[in-house]
Amino acid sequence: MTSAISIQNVSKTYKTGFSALKAINLDIENGEIFALLGPNGAGKTTLISLICGIVTKTSGSIKVAGHDINSDYRAARKLIGLVPQELSLPIFETVWSTVKFSRALFGKPRDDAKLEAILKQLSLFDKKDAKINSLSGGMKRRVLIAKALAHEPSILFLDEPSAGVDVELRKDMWNVMRKLAEDGTTIILTTHYIEEAEMMADRVGVINKGEIILVEDKKVLMEKLGQKQLIVSLEEPLDRLPTKIAKLGFNLMQSGKKLSYQYDSKKEKPDIAKLITGLSAAQIAVADLSTQQSSLEDIFLDLVKK
Amino acid sequence: MNLVGTYAIFAFEMQRFFRTLMQSLIAPVISTALYFVVFGSAIGKQMTEIEGISYGSFIVPGMIMLALLGQSISNASFGIYFPKFSGTIFEYLSAPVSAFEMVIGFVGAAAVKSILIGVVILMTSYLFVPVKIMHPIWMIGFLLLTAITFSLFGFIIGLLADGFDRLQIIPLLVVTPLTFLGGSFYSIKVLPEFWQTVSYFNPVVYLISGFRWAFYEVSDVSLNIALSMTTGFLLLSLLGVWWIFHTGYKIKN
Ligand SMILES: Nc1ncnc2c1ncn2[C@@H]1O[C@H](COP(=O)(O)OP(=O)(O)O)[C@@H](O)[C@H]1O
Ligand SMILES: [Mg+2]
Repeated sequence: MTSAISIQNVSKTYKTGFSALKAINLDIENGEIFALLGPNGAGKTTLISLICGIVTKTSGSIKVAGHDINSDYRAARKLIGLVPQELSLPIFETVWSTVKFSRALFGKPRDDAKLEAILKQLSLFDKKDAKINSLSGGMKRRVLIAKALAHEPSILFLDEPSAGVDVELRKDMWNVMRKLAEDGTTIILTTHYIEEAEMMADRVGVINKGEIILVEDKKVLMEKLGQKQLIVSLEEPLDRLPTKIAKLGFNLMQSGKKLSYQYDSKKEKPDIAKLITGLSAAQIAVADLSTQQSSLEDIFLDLVKK
Repeated sequence: MNLVGTYAIFAFEMQRFFRTLMQSLIAPVISTALYFVVFGSAIGKQMTEIEGISYGSFIVPGMIMLALLGQSISNASFGIYFPKFSGTIFEYLSAPVSAFEMVIGFVGAAAVKSILIGVVILMTSYLFVPVKIMHPIWMIGFLLLTAITFSLFGFIIGLLADGFDRLQIIPLLVVTPLTFLGGSFYSIKVLPEFWQTVSYFNPVVYLISGFRWAFYEVSDVSLNIALSMTTGFLLLSLLGVWWIFHTGYKIKN
């Protein structure tokens, strides 16, 4: 089966001479949620803009469900919905008229029931006659999502969907994305919040300085590179860490009530018995023990540093 | 061809015009009336007839052309510049719409708007002076050709402009002077020979002459030359638009 998106040797050099993408190769499979993770300026928006036809690529080839984005751009673009990073909206229009416009622009026949369903799904229906400039930032982002969905795309790009969005709305949006993914929509989101990639994605691609440095199934990624932490909760808080305990590799955590022990789960298995013995020898009473998988954040920082 | 999408662009552009209908139409009506008061009544009384036509009637085609050129350029340049400026152009670029379809939508709407304004000015003129249209088909032909050509030209300006002030520069510094000097309010035959020769380098002379010929069968240049020049400008503008889209210059980074 052909991939939803197939990117081969794609590079982009801006007119300024700045090389924003260097020979990118990437396949995105049908129905997956793919997170493109990278710091600001990594080239995430540039890559999306190339695929969607907003910026012309310098070299390489991009196919959308087998359709070349240059020679067969109509077929390619019909499949794609794009939610841009910036809140670029026709501010004097109403929500309803701009969503209707988006559907028509993509050549789809008018279908008010469909648009109504999309607006309801995004909790926008009661705002349908509101002028866009009267809406909050979070609402505007939803309008952008509604516009992108108006022509019923099978591939949805979301460029930094969480930027400037409050926690509540972020959760709503994640739910909408999951629902779309369940219905078979391929979702590609970019983010510099690791938490978001971790929460949402099936696979994660890490991009830095115009290069994709890693593409991995999220779970595999976590397992392969995961740092683990052993957390020891104490009966009595400690003012400071006894040297003996520090030598074992412990660190004192918040308010002195917890100790942490960091280890690389790929390389070592901690000798828990030895650690506990060490603790009781120092007359420190243990209330509880737990291990904690480290977040993508650590993995990411690790990768980017290299 | 994405007809639905092309029409959506056209209709969206027209909506803005109709939303501010009074504004869009009252301004040209008032300025037409002013021209008649100033040029027609105040000055016109001292003017002799030009080639057997009263001065007030003589300036009607020129006034329509003046409005047509200005409106076509400003409508089209603003129409495409605004989405560029506000960022909403991303949607047009990511849609299954060809460059040609975008041009039809934007330029078509700008041309229709300025033609509507031209028609309103023509009707206002009837209130002030006798107007005769001897060759209605040619009149409509020149009206269409000019509206489309200068809407295309405005579209190019809007595509290339880097700021709102830039939108105004070419209309203000080039087009308005050329229109005034192109015989909107006089026959270039009244000029000294040297300035007549200079005037033949002004493209607007041909537009106005051809248009005026359709009204009164009087013209500073022959109909064939007027028509070929006008068509020539149309082709030039088309070429300009094609080149911009072909290279992605100033739109696609
Ligand atoms: N139009 C442009 N001209 C020149 N450089 C650009 C342009 N757009 C983006 N860049 C540069 O390309 C790099 C990648 O930008 P971008 O794709 O927006 O990154 P991200 O979305 O990952 O934050 C940045 O260094 C940015 O400054
Ligand atoms: Mg970005």
